[in-house]
Amino acid sequence: MPLLDIKNLTVSFDTSVGLFKAVDGIDVAVDNSEVLAIVGESGSGKSVAMLAVMGLLPATATVTADKMEFEGIDLLKMSPHDKRQIIGKDIAMIFQEPVASLNPCFTVGFQLEEVLGKHLGLHGRAARERAVELLHLVGITDGAERLGAYPHQMSGGQCQRVMIAMAISCNPKLLIADEPTTALDVTIQKQILDLLVQLQLDTGMGLIMITHDMGVVAETADRVIVQYKGHKMEEADVLSLFENPKSNYTRALLSALPENAVGDRLPTVSDFVFEPAPGARA
Amino acid sequence: MAVRVAKGKDPHMLNYLLRRLALIVPTIIGISICAFAFVRVLPGDPILAMAGQHGVTPERYEILKEQFGYNLPIWQQYFDYLGSVLQGDFGISLATKRPVINEFLALFPATIELALTAMFLAVLIGIPAGIFAAVKRGSWFDQATMGVALTGYSMPIFWWGLLLIIFFSGYLGWTPVSGRIALSFFLRPITGFMLIDTLLYGNWPAFVSALRHLILPAVVLGTIPLAVIARQTRSAMLEVLGEDYVRTARAKGLSPRRVVNIHALRNALIPVITTIGLQVGLLMGGAILTETIFTWPGIGKWMIDSIFKRDYVVVQSGLLIIALIVMAVNLLVDLLYAFINPRIRVQ
Amino acid sequence: MAPSTEPVATTSKPASGLREFWYYFSVNRGAVIGLTVFTLLVLMAIFAPWVAPYSPDIQYRDALLKPPIWEAGSDPRFILGTDPVGRDMLSRLIHGARYSLFIGFFVVIGALFVGVILGVLAGYFRGWVDVAIMRVMDIILAFPSLLLALVLVAILGPGLFNAMIAIAIVLQPHFARLVRAAVMAEKNREYVTAAKLSGASHFRLMLITILPNCLGPIIVQATLSFSNAILDAAALGFLGMGAQPPTPEWGTMLATAREFILKAPWVVTFPGLAILITVLAINLIGDGLRDALDPKLKRS
Repeated sequence: MPLLDIKNLTVSFDTSVGLFKAVDGIDVAVDNSEVLAIVGESGSGKSVAMLAVMGLLPATATVTADKMEFEGIDLLKMSPHDKRQIIGKDIAMIFQEPVASLNPCFTVGFQLEEVLGKHLGLHGRAARERAVELLHLVGITDGAERLGAYPHQMSGGQCQRVMIAMAISCNPKLLIADEPTTALDVTIQKQILDLLVQLQLDTGMGLIMITHDMGVVAETADRVIVQYKGHKMEEADVLSLFENPKSNYTRALLSALPENAVGDRLPTVSDFVFEPAPGARA
Repeated sequence: MAVRVAKGKDPHMLNYLLRRLALIVPTIIGISICAFAFVRVLPGDPILAMAGQHGVTPERYEILKEQFGYNLPIWQQYFDYLGSVLQGDFGISLATKRPVINEFLALFPATIELALTAMFLAVLIGIPAGIFAAVKRGSWFDQATMGVALTGYSMPIFWWGLLLIIFFSGYLGWTPVSGRIALSFFLRPITGFMLIDTLLYGNWPAFVSALRHLILPAVVLGTIPLAVIARQTRSAMLEVLGEDYVRTARAKGLSPRRVVNIHALRNALIPVITTIGLQVGLLMGGAILTETIFTWPGIGKWMIDSIFKRDYVVVQSGLLIIALIVMAVNLLVDLLYAFINPRIRVQ
Repeated sequence: MAPSTEPVATTSKPASGLREFWYYFSVNRGAVIGLTVFTLLVLMAIFAPWVAPYSPDIQYRDALLKPPIWEAGSDPRFILGTDPVGRDMLSRLIHGARYSLFIGFFVVIGALFVGVILGVLAGYFRGWVDVAIMRVMDIILAFPSLLLALVLVAILGPGLFNAMIAIAIVLQPHFARLVRAAVMAEKNREYVTAAKLSGASHFRLMLITILPNCLGPIIVQATLSFSNAILDAAALGFLGMGAQPPTPEWGTMLATAREFILKAPWVVTFPGLAILITVLAINLIGDGLRDALDPKLKRS
C-alpha cells in the first residue's frame, strides 16, 4: 500500500468565466522513503494537486477524486477537524517564498513551538528545547538566540530552514516541498536541497518535490511525474526519464534546458508538437 | 495594505521619536500663528465684546486696550501670547472672566468620556464585524454589514442624533434628551468622568442616570468611526487572508479560529490601529455636532458657543489646545504603529 | 493560483481603457445603484422648478406643520407635509438638491484645483518648496476639519459661499498629499526620464507627462471629497454658519426644524434622509471607482 495514493484527481476553480480545470484526472502515488518529483511549467497545476491533498485550496475550488488515501485513510471523507490532526503532523508542506510564508508579526520561536504544542503537546521549556534541537537539525546552530528573531531579520535561506524545521518537527511521514528553492540564491538552493535529501534519508519519510527545474529533479528524485496543463504527460523513474523520454512534451522540456542547446536559439516547449495526454480534450 | 518600511528609515525607536518631534516643532509654531491670526482677523472688537451691553467710555477703552496689549505691534502681541502660553497661561475668557485653561480642564473630561465611550463602541463592534465579514466574504452577512457600514459612513450625524432622540426619547421615552446626568444629582466632580465619579460615590442611581445620558450621544459620535473601522478591518483582513503565512498557518493544522484570530488578525490590526488613531481628529469635529445636539457640556459645545459669543480668547486658545491634542494623539499613534509592527520595532 | 483566468485583458482592443473601466465598475451592483440614484438627483436638481409641485418659498398659512399624506390630519396637497410656516416640504427638498450638489461640485473643483497644483509643485520640485507646502498642509490637517471650517466661516461671515470656501480649504490638503505622493512615485519612472531627455519643459513634464498618470487616485479622492463637502456644508448649515434661512438647503432646514422634532418629526426626518441618500449614492460610486481604478485590488 502506498503512503499517499491518489486516483483520478480533478480540481476545478469557479471563475468569472466559468469552470477552470487546473488539474484533470491525475494519479499520484508515493511510498515511504521515496522521493517523487512532480515537474511542469507554471500553470500546469502541479502545486494545486498537492494543495488539494493538504486541504489548502480556496473555497472556489472543487476537488474530486476516485481515491485520495493517506496510509489507507480516505482524506476526502474526513471531517476538517480530523484532517487537521494529520495536516502539519504526518503530512507537512513547505512553500516557495520562505520569507512570505513566515508570519512577520511573530517570532520564529513562537511559530515553531506552536506546531509542537498543537500536535505533540509540548509547551514551555520542553517545546523550547525541542525547537532549538530542530533548528540545529536544519543547520541553524545559534538556535537558542534565533528563537527570539522575527522573519524579517533573517535571510531567505534561513527562513526556508525554519520552514523545514517546522515541517519536520512532528516527524512527518510525508513532506511536500513546493518549489522550495525557486526564490533562493543559487548557492543557497544547493544547501537547501542537500538538507532536504539528507533529512529524507535520515528519517525515511516520503518526499514530494514540486519543481520546474530539471536539475533539481535529476539531483533528488527517484521517480518523476511530468505534468502539463493539468494532465499527466508521463511517469517514469528518473533515469529512464532523462535517457528515454516517452512523451514529446518531456522531450521538449529536456531540449529546452540551456545545457542541451544546439545552435543560436534555445528551443522552447512550443516548438514541439506533441500529442495530448490520454483523456485530455485539448 | 501591506505595511513595508521605507528603505533608509531609521529603525531605532528613540531616534525615530526625536525626528518626529523635530518635525513637529515648526508645525506647532504654525498652528499657534494660525490660531493667533484667525482671532485677529475675526470681525468685531475684542474690547467692545468684553464690555458687553454696557458699552465703554473712550478713555476706559484706551486703558483696556493698553492693559490687554492690543496697542502693541501685532508681532509683539504674538510673542507675548506665545510666552504666556508656554507658561501655561492661555488667557482669560471674555465671557466668563475665568482662565481659559480652567474652563478647558473642567469641560475636557466630559468630551473625553463621550469620545472614549464612542470609540469603545466602535472598536467593540467594528473589529469583530469586519473580521467576520472578511472571513465570510460574499455572504449575506458580509453584504449586510458592508451596506450598513457604508450607510453609517455616509451619515449626517447631527440628523442621526435627532432621529435617535425622536425614537428613543420621544417615542419610547427611554433616554433623556440632554445633559450628562439628571439634575437631581449633585456630585462634586472627583475625576470629572461621570461614570467613574458616580461609582466612586457608590451612588448607583446616579450611575444609571449618567449611563442613560451617555448612551445616545456615544452611539451618535461612534457611528462614523464604527463604519470606518468595520470597513478597514474587513479590507485589511481580506488582504492578510491571502498572504502566504496564513496558508502556512493552515498547513500546520491549526484550527480556522486560531488561524484567523491569531495569525491573520495580528497582521490586519496594524493598519486598523492607525485608522483608529486617525479618527481622533474627526471625533473632535463630531463632538461639536454631538455635543450641540445633546447639550453635552464638553469642549465641542464650549468652542461653538464661544465662536457665537465672539469670545476671542477662548476660540484662540481652544483652537491651539485642540490642535495640540490632535497632534499628540497622531504622534502616539505613529509610535504605537511602530511598536506593534515588528518590522519597524526590531532591527 | 488559478492561472490564465484573465478574460478581459486578452479580448480588449486598443483604446478600450474606458470599456475595461466600465466592465469593472458595472460588476459592482452597489456602484450602479449609486450612479442611478445620483443621476436622478442631478436631473431633479437641474429641473427643480419644473419637478417641484410648488415654489420652495411660498407659505401656505392655512396648512402649517401638516404631516405627510400617509399620516392622520394630512393635507392632500402636500405629499411630504409642510414646515412650520406652511411651505411644501417636497418642493423645498427638491430645490435643496440644487444647493447640495452645487456645493459638492464647486467645493471639489476648488479643492482639486488648489490641491493638485500644490501637490504637483511639492512632489516635482521637492526641496524647500516641498517642505514649505507640506508644513502648511500639516498645519491645516492638525485642526479638526469641521472646527477649522467653523472658525473660517466665523472670520469670513456666515453664508453659503463662505462656507464653501472654508470647506474647500480644509479639504484640499488631502489632494495635495495624494498628488505629491503620486508625483514622487511617477517622477523617477523611465517614461518621465525619456520625456525629460527629449527636452520637455518643467511645465510640460508636470502637467502633461506626469499628472495624467496619477488620475486614478485623484478621481477616487474627488468622489470622497464630494460627499464630505455635502456633509460638512450641511453640518455648517445645521450649526447656523452655512446657508442662511429661508434658503432650502438641507442642513439649514434641519436647523430651523430642530425645535419641532418631537411635535413634527417629518420636518426633521426628510431633509436628513435627503442628505443621507445623496451622500450614500456618491460613496457607493466612490467604492465602485476605487475598485475599478485601483489596479492592486482589481483582480483579487
